[in-house]
Amino acid sequence: MRFMLLFSRQGKLRLQKWYVPLGDQEKRRLGRELVQTILGRKAKMCSFLEWRDLKVVYKRYASLYFCCAIEEQDNELITLEVIHRYVELLDKYFGSVCELDIIFNFEKAYFILDEFLLGGEAQETSKKSVLKAIEQADQLTSTCYQQASPRITSPTCYEHA
Amino acid sequence: MSDVVERTLTALPSLLSSDPSPGRPSSTSKLGTLIRGITELTSKHDEEKLIQRELVSIKEQVSSPNTTMRQMKELMVRAVYCEMLGYEASFSYIHAIKLAQQGTALDKRVGYLAVSLFLNESHELLLLLVNTVLKDLQSTNLIEVCMALTVVGQVFPKDMIPAILPMVEEKLNHPKEIIRRKAVLALYKFYLIAPNQVQHIHSKFRKALCDKDPGVMSASLHIYLEMVTEKPESYKDLVVSFVTILKQVVGGKLPIDFNYHSVPAPWLQIQLLRILSLLGKNDRSTSEMMYEVLDESLRRAEMNHNITYGLKALTYVVQQDANLALQHQMTIIECLDHADLIIKRETLELLFRITNGQNVKVIVEKLLEFLRHSKDDYVTIDLGGKVTELAEKYAPDNSWFIRTMNTVFLLVGDQMQPDIPNSFLRLLSEGFESAEEDQQLRLLAVDSYVSLLQEQPARLPQRFLQVISWVLGEYSSVKEGLEPATVLRLLAPLLDLRHCSSETKSWVLAAMTKLSAGPACLSVAQELAERHGGSLDTTLRQRLHELQHLASDGELLRRVLPCSDGLEPLEVDSTLSFLDGFVSEALAAGAAPYKPPHQRQEELAQEKALSVEPYGLSLPLSLSSSSIAGRLSPTVLSMSSGLSGNSTELSPKGGSALRLEGVTRVWGKEGYLAKAALKPEEAAKTEVPCPLSVLQEGGSAPRTPVVSLPAPAPGPSLQAEREKQQLASCLFMGLGSQGAAGPCLMGKAEPTRHGFRKKVKGQGSSSGARGPSGDSASSSPSPLSAQSAMDNLLCSSPLDSGSTPSPADSAPSPADSAPSPADSATSPADPAPHLPHDLPANNRPCDAQEDLTEDTDTSETVVEGNSVAVVDPYDPEPLCLSPHLPEELCGLPRSEIRPLCRDASLVLSACCVRTDHSSLLVVFVSNASDSAARRFALQMTSGDLEVSRVRGGPEEEEEHVEGHSVAVYQYSLVPTRPSVHMELAGRASYQRPDGEPQSTPFSYGLSLPDFIRPLSVSTEEYGRLWLASSNDIKQNLALLSQEPDPLRATLHRLRDRLQLNVVDIIASEGIVACQLLQGPPCLMHCRLNAGCLAVWLRSSLPELPDCLLYHCQRALAQH
Repeated sequence: MRFMLLFSRQGKLRLQKWYVPLGDQEKRRLGRELVQTILGRKAKMCSFLEWRDLKVVYKRYASLYFCCAIEEQDNELITLEVIHRYVELLDKYFGSVCELDIIFNFEKAYFILDEFLLGGEAQETSKKSVLKAIEQADQLTSTCYQQASPRITSPTCYEHA
Repeated sequence: MSDVVERTLTALPSLLSSDPSPGRPSSTSKLGTLIRGITELTSKHDEEKLIQRELVSIKEQVSSPNTTMRQMKELMVRAVYCEMLGYEASFSYIHAIKLAQQGTALDKRVGYLAVSLFLNESHELLLLLVNTVLKDLQSTNLIEVCMALTVVGQVFPKDMIPAILPMVEEKLNHPKEIIRRKAVLALYKFYLIAPNQVQHIHSKFRKALCDKDPGVMSASLHIYLEMVTEKPESYKDLVVSFVTILKQVVGGKLPIDFNYHSVPAPWLQIQLLRILSLLGKNDRSTSEMMYEVLDESLRRAEMNHNITYGLKALTYVVQQDANLALQHQMTIIECLDHADLIIKRETLELLFRITNGQNVKVIVEKLLEFLRHSKDDYVTIDLGGKVTELAEKYAPDNSWFIRTMNTVFLLVGDQMQPDIPNSFLRLLSEGFESAEEDQQLRLLAVDSYVSLLQEQPARLPQRFLQVISWVLGEYSSVKEGLEPATVLRLLAPLLDLRHCSSETKSWVLAAMTKLSAGPACLSVAQELAERHGGSLDTTLRQRLHELQHLASDGELLRRVLPCSDGLEPLEVDSTLSFLDGFVSEALAAGAAPYKPPHQRQEELAQEKALSVEPYGLSLPLSLSSSSIAGRLSPTVLSMSSGLSGNSTELSPKGGSALRLEGVTRVWGKEGYLAKAALKPEEAAKTEVPCPLSVLQEGGSAPRTPVVSLPAPAPGPSLQAEREKQQLASCLFMGLGSQGAAGPCLMGKAEPTRHGFRKKVKGQGSSSGARGPSGDSASSSPSPLSAQSAMDNLLCSSPLDSGSTPSPADSAPSPADSAPSPADSATSPADPAPHLPHDLPANNRPCDAQEDLTEDTDTSETVVEGNSVAVVDPYDPEPLCLSPHLPEELCGLPRSEIRPLCRDASLVLSACCVRTDHSSLLVVFVSNASDSAARRFALQMTSGDLEVSRVRGGPEEEEEHVEGHSVAVYQYSLVPTRPSVHMELAGRASYQRPDGEPQSTPFSYGLSLPDFIRPLSVSTEEYGRLWLASSNDIKQNLALLSQEPDPLRATLHRLRDRLQLNVVDIIASEGIVACQLLQGPPCLMHCRLNAGCLAVWLRSSLPELPDCLLYHCQRALAQH
C-alpha cells in the first residue's frame, strides 16, 4: 500500500498515513487532488479507480471516506476488506465509532492503524490481537494519568470541522 | 458494519449529550479547543490566521524549559493536527524525537507516532532517533519494545540498520508473539530498503514461517512474497509448506478471530496464493502439488461482483480468446454508457483488445469521443497511443486514416508520445504496398493540412504544426495546381504565432526552404527576412538566411535539397567518407583524433580519482521511451487466437466445448442473432444504418437457423434497445466471422489489409529503415528445448533426490504446528521441534545450485560446491588457484583469477565464472599463515550489481579459514542496470589469532560482457522482438575486411568475444541477438555498407544498446 487517507464529505483530512517517502508539498498536492476526485464521484460509482499512475480503492462510511492507494499488483477487493476491517477495529475500540471520535482522538486512530498495518502491509488481521495490543498500551497509560473528559456539546463541529 | 456507523451518525446529537464511554477521552483539552475554534470559523483565511497563531504558541511552549513531558505530548498532538490540515510545523520535529527519548511510556508513544508521521526515512533528524530505539529495544517493558519495533517498521534510516539489526534479530526468539511479529515486519522493511543487509538471516525467516502463532507466520509471508518474486527457483522446497498452510487456512483450522465475515483469513489466503502462483509458474511438478488445495480454495471462495472487476477479468480473458467477449456484448454496451468514467475507460480498454479490421471505425470513434472529454493527462496520452495504434494497424482506407490521425494530433496535443508523429511521418515517407496508394495518402494529407492552415492555424498544437510543415515541405508538389508560393504564404504566418516554439519555427522554415523555388517564393522569403531578421534566436536567423539564399539560387537549391519523389530513398553516406580528406588534413595539421563518446567518458573518469559515480548515466539515451511497435503485439496475439479459438462455437456436438445451453445467444457468427428473428423489412432497417455492413465479409453467406430470441418488447424502450443492438453488431463485427471463414483463410494469416506497419522494404534499400524480420523462413532451433530444461530441473529438485524423505512421510509441516492453539499451550516456548524436514539448519542440497548445474552431472558433486569448501593443500604459490575452482564450475568460461587484496596472512583472489543463467564471482581466500583466521566474513556491495551469496544450507555463523588452506566463496551477480563497466566494492573481515579484528577493503571490476548471454531465437521470433523493442541506436563499426567473408568473420568475432548469438545471415545482412543476464534482450541488425558494418541496435532497456555498442567497438578494435 502506498498511502491511506481518511477525509470527510467536506474534504477535510481526518487521518493520513504515507507508506512511501514523499515530500510534504507532494503529499499535500496528491492528497488534495485525490480527495477532490473522489468527492466528485457519485454514490453508485465503482469503488476502484485508476487515477494518474495510482490504483485507488475507497469506500464511504457515513460522512467519512476511507481511501487507499495500492501497488499495481495488489488486489483491489482485498483492499476494500482491509478498509472494512479497519473500520471494524475502530468501531470496536470506540464503541460504535463516529467521525467525531476520529477527529478528537485521531492519535488513537493512528495507534490502531499502526497495530493493524505496519509499513503498508497487514500486520495482524485478528481483531482480538490488535485490540489486545492497544488495550495493553492504553492500560500502561491510564496508570500514568487520570482521565478527565466530559464530551463536547456543540453538534456544529460535526458539520464543519 | 457500515449500517452501524450510519446509524451512529444519524443519532449523533443524542450521542453527544450522553455520557462518555471509558474509551472516549477528552475534548475539553487544548486540542478540543483548537478543533472547535476551527469549526466556528467560516473562511479559509480565518482558519489560516488561527492556525498560525496556534503554531506560534506551540513553538513558544515547546522550546520553553519549563514544559513538562506531559504538556509536550499534548503539544505534539496539536502539531500533528496542524500538519494534517496542511500547515508546516517543522520546528516540532526535533521535539517529537525528544519526546520519544525522554518521555514516560505514554509520552513516548505519542513521540514515536509524531516521528513516524512527520519524518520520512531520508530525513536527517532520524539519526537522532537511533539511540532511543536501541534503548527501547533493550527495555524490559514490552510496550516500549513494541513501540520501538513499530517505528522501526515504518521509518528507519537505511545507513543505521546495522546498528540495530542484531537486536531486532534477537527479538525473533522473543516469547511474546507480538514482539516476534513486529520483529519480522521490521526485517521485512529492512529487506525492502537494503536486501543485502538481511541476507544472512534467511534461515530465521524460515523459523518465523513455522511459528506457532499465525500472526507471526503471516507476517513472514510478506518477506517470502518479495523473495519468491525475485528468485522463485530458490524456494521450491517451501511449496509443500505453503500448500500445507493454505490447506489449514482453507480448512478453517485457524482460531476463529482470524475469520473475516466467515471467510477464514482472506488476507492470508491471498498472500499464499500469490506466492504459490509465483512458485508454480512454468513448473509442472511444483504446480501439481498445489492443484488439490487450489481447487479447494476456489470451491470455498464466494464470487464477488463488482462491475469493473468483471470487466478487467474479461479484458485479460479476451487476450486469450476474443470470442469470449461475444457472450457479454450487451453488458459491455451497457458499460460503455455508464456514468462512471472509470468503468467507461475499462470498457474502452476491452474494446481496444477486440478491435479488428471491421469494427475499427466504430471503436476508434468511441475512443476519440472519450478522448474529447478526458481531462486527465495520463488517460489522454494513453488513449492517443491506442488510437494511433489501431489506426495504423486496421485503417480501412486512406482518408479515414488521415482524418483519424488529425483528430489525435489535435486532441492529444503536445503531451503525445514523441514516437507517434515520428512513426506517422515515417509511414508517409516509406509508404506501403503500392506506389499509387502512397501518393494518394500523401495527397490526402497535403489536402487536409492546407485546409487546416487556411482555417485556424493558431489552435494547432506544436507537434501537429511540425508534422504539417514537414509533410507540406516534402509532398505539396504531389498536389497538382498547388503553387509552392501558396504553401509558403500559408506557412509564413506560423512564424508570427506567439505560442509557436523555436523548434517548430525551425521545422516551418525547413519546409519553406524545400519549397522555395521561383521568383514568387523569393519575394516571400525576402519579406520574411525583413520581418524576422532581427530575431534574437540565432537558429531562426540562420534558417532565414539559408532560405533567402537558396530561394535566390535555384541551381544550388536543387543540389542541396534534391526533389525526391518519395519512392527513391536518398542515398546517404552514413560513414561520412567524403570527409576523409578533411580529416586526414586536420590530423596532419596536428588535430587530435576523434574519440567516440564512450572513450572520452572513460578517460575522463580515469582522470578524476575521486569520482563518486564513475560510470554514471551520462551516456546518451535514446529518446523514445516506449516503443511504437511494443503496443502492437498483444492485439496481434489476440487476433490469431481468435482465428483458432472459434471452432468450439462451431462444434455441433457439445462434448468438450463450452456449454451454451441456457445461455441466451444474442450474437452469432454472422452478426446479431435477433435480426434473424425479426421480420425481413425490420432486418433491413437494422442493417442499413450500420456503417460497416458493406465491409462485413460473408454478408451473403447462408445463414444457419439460430435459436430465436424472445421478440423484443414493444414500447419506447424498443428503439433504445435496438440502437444498442446495432452498436453491438458494429462493435463486435468480425470477431466471429473470421473463424467462420476458417479453412480457406488459413493460408493467408492476415485476411484483410493489415494496416500500415507490416510493410517490409526491399532488399536494396539503403534508407536504413528496413526491419530485419520476414525474409527468411529458416530458423535456428533453440539449443535447449523446453522439455530438457524441465527434466534438469526435476532431477535436481530436492523432492526427487533420494536423500530427502518425500513430503508425505515428513515430520509435521509448519502449519500443522502453527495455528493450533492447543499446540501452543503445550509447548509454548520452543518452536524448534516443529521445524519441518525441509527447513533444516544444515545443508540443503539444491536450491542455489539448480541454475548452475544445467548440464553438468547433478547429485553429489553439487553438494560439496556450496558454502565454504575448505581445500587444504600446502600450496606455496597463492595465485595457482584454478584447481580450487568448484568442480561444477570447471570448464565453464571464466575470467582469469586476479588478486583482490592481501595482508599479513590472507590473500584474496577472484574470478568471474559465466554459467548459462548466472554470473558467479568466485572468491578464493588463501591463508598462508599457520593460524586460522577466525570469524571470516566477506561483505560486498555495488551500485550496479546485486550481489548474493550462493550457498547450500543456511549460513554458518562463524566461518574459519584454517591455516595453509584455501576457502572458496561464491557470489551470484545480477546487474541492476547495464553499464559499460561495473565496480564491486567489498571488505573482508576476520579475527586474528590474538583476537584482534582485522578488515581489508578490496574492489573488483566487471564489464558488461560478463553479463551478456546469447539469446537463441528463430528469425520470426527475432522479427517480433524487434518490433517490440525501441531505443534505437545506429552506428558504423569497423569491418574485419581482410577476411575472405568479412561480414561472417566480424559477426563471429562478436559472437566469440561478447557471447552474442548470430541468428541469421542473409546476403549482406546479419541479425544478432543477446540478452542481459536476467534482463531484457538486445537485438542487433547488421548490414554491410561501404566497407563498414552498419549496425542498428534495439532493446527495451535504454542503456543496453549503447553499452553493448561500446563493447562491440572494442571487440573489433582488438586484434
